[in-house]
Amino acid sequence: MDSELRVISRVFIRRLKFVATALVLWPVMAAASPSTSIFSTQSTPAREVNGLAFFVLGITAAIFVAVGALLVYALVKFRARADDVAEPPQVFGSMQIELSWTIIPILIVTVLFLGTARVLFSVQDAPKPASALDVTAVGHQFWWEYHYPQYNITAANELHIPVGQGTTGRVTYLKLTSADVIHSFWIPQLGGKTDMLPNRVNEMWIDPAKPGLYLGQCGQFCGTQHAKMLLRVSVDTPEDFAKWIAGQQKAAVELPASGANSTGDAIDAPTGQRVFEQQACINCHTVSGTVANGRFGPDLTHLMSRATLAAGAMDNTPGNLKGWITNPDDYKTGSLMPAMHLTEKQYAQITAYLQTLK
Amino acid sequence: MSETTIPIPSGAVASERGTYLETIHSWIVTVDHKKLGIMYIVYALLFLVIAGVEALLMRIQLSAPNLHFLSPQTFNRMFTMHGTTMVFLVGMMILFGFGNYLIPLMIGARDMAFPRLNAFSFWLSAFAGMLLYFSFIGGSGLPGTGTAPDVGWFAYAPLTERAFSPGHTIDYWTVAILANGIGSIGTSINILATVFCMRCKGMTLMRLPLLAWIYATMSFLTLVAISPLTAAQAMLMMDRYLGAHFFDTQAGGSAILWAHFFWIFGHPEVYVLVLPAFGFANEIIPVFSRKAIFGYPAMVAASVGIAFISLSVWAHHMFTIGMTSYGNAFFTLSTMLVSVPTGIKIFNWLATLWGGRIRFQTPMLFAIGFLFQFLIAGLTGIMLSISAWDWQLHNTYFVVAHFHYVLVGAIIFMIFSALYYWYPKMTGRMLDERMGKWHFWLMVIGFHMTFDLMHIPGLLGMPRWIYTYGADRGWGTLNMLVSIGGGIQGIAILLFVINMVWSYFKGPHAGPDPWDAWTLEWSTASPPPVYNFAREPVVESRRPLWDLKHPEDPDSAFD
Ligand code: HEC
Ligand SMILES: [Cu+2]
Repeated sequence: MDSELRVISRVFIRRLKFVATALVLWPVMAAASPSTSIFSTQSTPAREVNGLAFFVLGITAAIFVAVGALLVYALVKFRARADDVAEPPQVFGSMQIELSWTIIPILIVTVLFLGTARVLFSVQDAPKPASALDVTAVGHQFWWEYHYPQYNITAANELHIPVGQGTTGRVTYLKLTSADVIHSFWIPQLGGKTDMLPNRVNEMWIDPAKPGLYLGQCGQFCGTQHAKMLLRVSVDTPEDFAKWIAGQQKAAVELPASGANSTGDAIDAPTGQRVFEQQACINCHTVSGTVANGRFGPDLTHLMSRATLAAGAMDNTPGNLKGWITNPDDYKTGSLMPAMHLTEKQYAQITAYLQTLK
Repeated sequence: MSETTIPIPSGAVASERGTYLETIHSWIVTVDHKKLGIMYIVYALLFLVIAGVEALLMRIQLSAPNLHFLSPQTFNRMFTMHGTTMVFLVGMMILFGFGNYLIPLMIGARDMAFPRLNAFSFWLSAFAGMLLYFSFIGGSGLPGTGTAPDVGWFAYAPLTERAFSPGHTIDYWTVAILANGIGSIGTSINILATVFCMRCKGMTLMRLPLLAWIYATMSFLTLVAISPLTAAQAMLMMDRYLGAHFFDTQAGGSAILWAHFFWIFGHPEVYVLVLPAFGFANEIIPVFSRKAIFGYPAMVAASVGIAFISLSVWAHHMFTIGMTSYGNAFFTLSTMLVSVPTGIKIFNWLATLWGGRIRFQTPMLFAIGFLFQFLIAGLTGIMLSISAWDWQLHNTYFVVAHFHYVLVGAIIFMIFSALYYWYPKMTGRMLDERMGKWHFWLMVIGFHMTFDLMHIPGLLGMPRWIYTYGADRGWGTLNMLVSIGGGIQGIAILLFVINMVWSYFKGPHAGPDPWDAWTLEWSTASPPPVYNFAREPVVESRRPLWDLKHPEDPDSAFD
């Protein structure tokens, strides 16, 4: 009997949870992309916050139901009726009652505060394990730069980190800063926002539970293209992560000039490289191992290892790539990369070159 | 303040119309608190429409993914201007308007303490509004290429520095806010002096209408809060033009410094805006419940308490900026504490309704909407005060929904309520009840459609300030509904404007006391004569008109 009841209630709760999740998540489930819901947590800091959130939701919902019901009751019960003649009795106050609705809120506040403090300290002041991966993330108007000091790597826009939980898990510690204005680093499934401020370093940590793609975007208005400052985090298995690191550590090379007719007419990578290196591109972009060593724009050494261009603004296809370098404003109005006003052929050549930057 | 009293012809009010030019002239040179009050209100309503149109433009742009209705630059200007206008030119102005109009009438005075300062403050604030909007023409300093500020209403540094915001849009924004602030300071001083020095005979502080108490509190808070804002604007201008480096991070300045300065102003500002809404509720809910306000001393203490606590909560806007765990914990606690006096207020309003004979006329309908919506806004406010949870919620549409719940659901609803309630006093005509009910229900439907649903994209990871979003994010349907709700609110407000104009000419005459109310403003003609009261009133309780109407059971017997 008792156990039957328990089974029924468990089933009931499971259904309730399912309905609630479906309600909150249906727009996301309908879409193909990974969720950015703050409730579908995949990392310890996010999960702790989420537990607290449900606790607070419960308490506030109870307050809402109680006070709301009293209000509705009062409005219905004490509405004026046609046969009212005199004014109602005048009541000016009551010490006991008023004291009680001062003390009860104070007790509720105490409970909420203690719950919050516990999560605050456990997330913010967690000791850093020796095995942690260090990443320095730098916000730029309107793209992201990443440094991996332990591996001597610089990457852009798409962050790769290892799975953070389980026996082979490795926690990631991020140092966050900015090269220009304030940005905010936010991947809802992995944790809350932390601002990136110029002249200052903030920290946060994440330990994703599962490999996969996680999305987010800049959380603080930072100028014209704040909306297209999207974040992509690829959480890799330890093997995949090691492979990715090895790939990123390779430098590019100067391609040999293309055979006999080096008049600059050929639409191929070596010609493209020469055009690229003769333009201002190299003042803003780095291709390690070559003369291109600009720091103003994203590092292009491994451009082709990224699935998107310009911080998630478009897919990384040859067509988009050529379109982007021809006129960035077509894709991301107000981005800080200028149109270079080259010839159609030169753009084709550069595109051919960029496509070799694996 | 002059000591002489001019002999006033009793009864006959000169109602001869002058020429149009004379009428306009009389409004421009007036120092009468009632005319200035009305000018504040009309001016604010004008800007309410402008800022409302800006909001609708943004809602069209966001109603589906990847739209190109507005360019990113225009969208950024729209939300900056919408926010700045609503806070400084609508909220502050309309509330000061009511304060100006009502306080002398409610405390039995013939005018504000400093009538000329009053006119000066109004015109200065009005000028600030013009200056801000002139940026659409002169923003970048080149003819034909005007723009407006595009940095968000809290204009975080260093985005506002010349390196990132060349041109003059930020200058217009800064100087407009500076000038508007000086106007606000003038009015605050005036309100404080009026409440404390101009009360009629018998009106002790414990007999002061709660609205006047609240305006005094709000004025005190304005004085404290505007100073850091003004200082910050001055520092920003020094950065931009005199080579100072307060916020110039490229030269070692601090971005956080601006955030602190802005929010030390910004959070009290929320209470500057919401306290008068409480004040309206304190007057309107009792009259339509036919009962005295429950717990008058507690209500006074709660208002003053909210004002003091609100001075120590500013950094809850900065939970993600990188404070220590102890800093976050402190501002979590101080923020949560605001809910204690706020709770007292809600419960006291509930107790005022309890045992009353509630009349559901339009002012009361809006006040009831306010009660429910403010309750919800308070509860989502508690959620945001949970600093750890705020790391997720900060700068998302959840926050946008929360503060619109406060600003529209509570403050604008109470402003509508106040307009329905005091319009008869100001014009001598009643607003049309049938249009009023339509206005109310359309507003309720539109409001909830917009702002209830707006919480959800926030929870689904949609940040604010983005001019578009990808179709793959799954925010499209919700945003479409939110935009439709915005349109419904627009229709409701249009109806209200029609009602105000129509009733001004065709509404039934109000008489001095259409609501059977109890405070002094209802003891004089509608609209009141320039001198307000033919004889200076003498009061013996908090509800002088109740005493008059109920000689068998006067409040003064318990006072
Ligand atoms: C004034 C500096 C500047 C110059 C010159 C410049 N770029 Fe860029 N570039 C940028 C910036 C800044 C971005 C990032 C834009 C964004 O995402 O908002 C960028 C982005 C890119 C990207 C996308 C990178 C990614 O990770 O998604 C490519 C490819 C690129 N530039 C190629 C070029 C080429 C080719 C040239 C020369 C024809 C060039 N750039 C010239 C500043 C520059
Ligand atoms: Cu950003």
